[in-house]
Amino acid sequence: MLRLEKRPTPSRFWLYATPVVAVVLTMIVGGILFALMGKNPFEVIRTIFWDPVFGEFAFYLRGQLLVKAGPLILIAIGLALGFRAGIWNIGAEGQYIMGAVVGASVGLAVFPTDNRLIFPVMVLAGAFGGWAWAMIPAILKTRFNTNEILVSLMLVYVAQTILAKAATGFLKNPEGMGFPGSRNFSSYPAAANPELIAGSGLHWGGVTALVTAVLAYILLSRHIAGYQIKLAGQAPRAARFHGVSPTRLVMLCMGLSGALAGLAGLFEVTGPAGQISIDFNTGYGFTAIIVAFLGRLNPLGIVLAGFLMALTYVGGEMASTNLGLPAAAIQVFQGMLLFFLLAVDVLTNYRFRLGAGAASAGAK
Amino acid sequence: MTGTQPADSAETTARPELLRVEGITKAYPGVVANSDVSFTIREGEVHALLGENGAGKSTMVKMIFGLVRPDSGRMTLRGKPYAPAKPAEARRLGVGMVFQHFSLFEALNVAENVALGMENPPPMRELAARIRAVSEEYGLPLDPARMVGDLSAGERQRVEIIRCLLQDPKLLIMDEPTSVLTPQEVEILFKTLRQLSREGTAILYISHKLEEIRSLCDTATILRRGRVVATCTPRDRTAREMAELMVGSSLQPPERSRGEKGPVALGVSDLSVASPIPFGTSLKAVSFTVARGEVLGIAGVAGNGQDELLLALSGELKSDADRVRIDSHAAGHLGPSERRKAGLVAAPEDRYGHAAAPDMSLVENALLSGAVRKGLTRAGFIDWAATKAFAEEIITAYDVRTPGPDVAARALSGGNLQKFLMGRELMQGASVIVINQPTWGVDAAAAAAIRQSILDRAAEGAAVVVISQDLDELLEVADSFAVLNEGRLTRPRSTDGLTMEEIGLMMGGAHGMEVAHHAEA
Repeated sequence: MLRLEKRPTPSRFWLYATPVVAVVLTMIVGGILFALMGKNPFEVIRTIFWDPVFGEFAFYLRGQLLVKAGPLILIAIGLALGFRAGIWNIGAEGQYIMGAVVGASVGLAVFPTDNRLIFPVMVLAGAFGGWAWAMIPAILKTRFNTNEILVSLMLVYVAQTILAKAATGFLKNPEGMGFPGSRNFSSYPAAANPELIAGSGLHWGGVTALVTAVLAYILLSRHIAGYQIKLAGQAPRAARFHGVSPTRLVMLCMGLSGALAGLAGLFEVTGPAGQISIDFNTGYGFTAIIVAFLGRLNPLGIVLAGFLMALTYVGGEMASTNLGLPAAAIQVFQGMLLFFLLAVDVLTNYRFRLGAGAASAGAK
Repeated sequence: MTGTQPADSAETTARPELLRVEGITKAYPGVVANSDVSFTIREGEVHALLGENGAGKSTMVKMIFGLVRPDSGRMTLRGKPYAPAKPAEARRLGVGMVFQHFSLFEALNVAENVALGMENPPPMRELAARIRAVSEEYGLPLDPARMVGDLSAGERQRVEIIRCLLQDPKLLIMDEPTSVLTPQEVEILFKTLRQLSREGTAILYISHKLEEIRSLCDTATILRRGRVVATCTPRDRTAREMAELMVGSSLQPPERSRGEKGPVALGVSDLSVASPIPFGTSLKAVSFTVARGEVLGIAGVAGNGQDELLLALSGELKSDADRVRIDSHAAGHLGPSERRKAGLVAAPEDRYGHAAAPDMSLVENALLSGAVRKGLTRAGFIDWAATKAFAEEIITAYDVRTPGPDVAARALSGGNLQKFLMGRELMQGASVIVINQPTWGVDAAAAAAIRQSILDRAAEGAAVVVISQDLDELLEVADSFAVLNEGRLTRPRSTDGLTMEEIGLMMGGAHGMEVAHHAEA
């Protein structure tokens, strides 16, 4: 009989090996899935993981990696802070949308004024939009003890409705011949977020993501607030004994993750996306949850995980256009990654033992 | 009732053998919990398993009860090989166990709780009638319809005992049963146990309270570091002799030099706080003062508001500003960090998850409550070098056995972690120190060291509040004494000339149970 036994101390080896094992397992099971769909699994896996970096079109796709990784990293870092504290913001997608809508509204309100302050103010407005949207579940949780998972998730759908309203109503391009969608920021330089180095895919969002990763790393490893976040997640009563106010912590973590998601939305709408459209959001807010866990809730790990996830996006798109793989198969593939990650993660705190020994049941 | 007939021990040896344990060894990674342990329990015998914390008592009884399997050695029950794979099997063969920590559901009533532990529970009405019958027979009155959440600790224990007795056990294992009882309740329990013993049920009684063992037990097996070091008849030995066998060295009672009492450092007046814990006990108009140099001992049966009192003093529960005063500054509205700054440190009872974060290292746990007073942060940034130095200082000063300060708190044994946590609070030079259960689960030598340093801090001028369920401990360290009963604190009085009987009455007697055994008395 195989059974699990708790380790006296968490295993360092498995802490770092878990993501690698999960990726390998995902490739194997994903390969089987692709094979069942009648595709050559090796070709699909190569298209997803190899071609974007070293293939024929790598010169273009490498830039795409950074474009996709930026928002994922930015959102995932915010989420990771909350997850560490045991605060489950699942609605980053909604905060991402609201950041984009609020930030874009500020920029479009002053169109076509040209002023160097416009873009920075839009950035602040984007962060504010995401922050404010996250404050709704935060306040409901601290005041009425509602579940932040449900509230933040449901607010995603509200945000999507607002987005649709913005694209077809209050932000609609008056010169757009009646098509839904706002003005394109690429034709409004004062409010645009262009590529900083041509062909690199790097824009202000990517810069912000990398800087945030470093700051978050310092926060978690050296600052008392980071310590309090970890403490609250691991031992909530000990955190209260230390002097952490649960209310303030919820506000801080929800606010931070909301603001970062809002920033990601703003950089996306002013840069790669270019405009507010009905289908502006592409699920970064949800995928970032996988990125956060894949990166061990560690800011530097999240940077790596963000790129890996971006790879499955970029490579997945390649696979669907070149090999005719349905987009849903790629989503299943991404979901599998989280599944295996959480499953293998058990080995960090537990180990397998063979044979029937001491039962772990009992009152003591 | 308490007097034992001289013929008793001779009779004991004549009784048939019930359980024989031979050469049992059990090792866990890094520790040998039991090494070549052998002893014999006879039918109707009250057999003590005596030893310090970590001596291997719990592991031994878990093996007898089928929770843990021995690595080697064998057991026989009435001459037949006995190797239970799980508790249900042990129960079927007539072995019952009452745990130190109860496994009861507070939101269910007594009968429902008992039914949950049975494999084929009879209909509720029938079960309730059986519970009532057994409880009357053994002088443990219990209403099967009452919610467990409303019961006192002593009554909850009765639920556990009756749950065992319904199975008609031949061997009843009791793990530290008196730690949650008032002195009067202990007497009632002992009467029940003696009655069971007379009827032929053997009792394996685990404790480190020597006087109890002397008054109750026929034989004692003494364990030290997993090995049997002696088997004796407790009545023929003094408590001190047994303690020395248990510890392996002679014990020094703590020295106290009563200093002059200084000005009042902690004042609590008319403090009423609702309990944040489900089925907890709210504090009702608690008032007391503690002067510098004074140790106030607060006794009481577990669950009478001790945890709430600690929370209200540490700052985890806030009150009106004037309800709590630290060095005559209003502090009731302050949180834990601000109270530490004002000079009050507190040590909660629960080590795993309250006083310490189990998965964090000792260094991180040193920061947990030491950050403010030891100045371990600068503009919000943590000085890890200073924090590590503080952790190492505690480890050295309190003889904490650990491979180093970077190991997770949960890797330490309970006693070692307790020493670390006591050191963490006691080494902060605070003017007010509040401790809930300072020596819970700590071996005798370490307990003595902790009590000594409590007395030392008081001698240096700190005001100390010790909340404990161990009356001997309180009488050893406290200058004044009060009892928490259902959230109310009695008026503190001097410990000089205080008798056990008076304490028992302050603790609420036996919760209306004095008549329990009068039918047979």
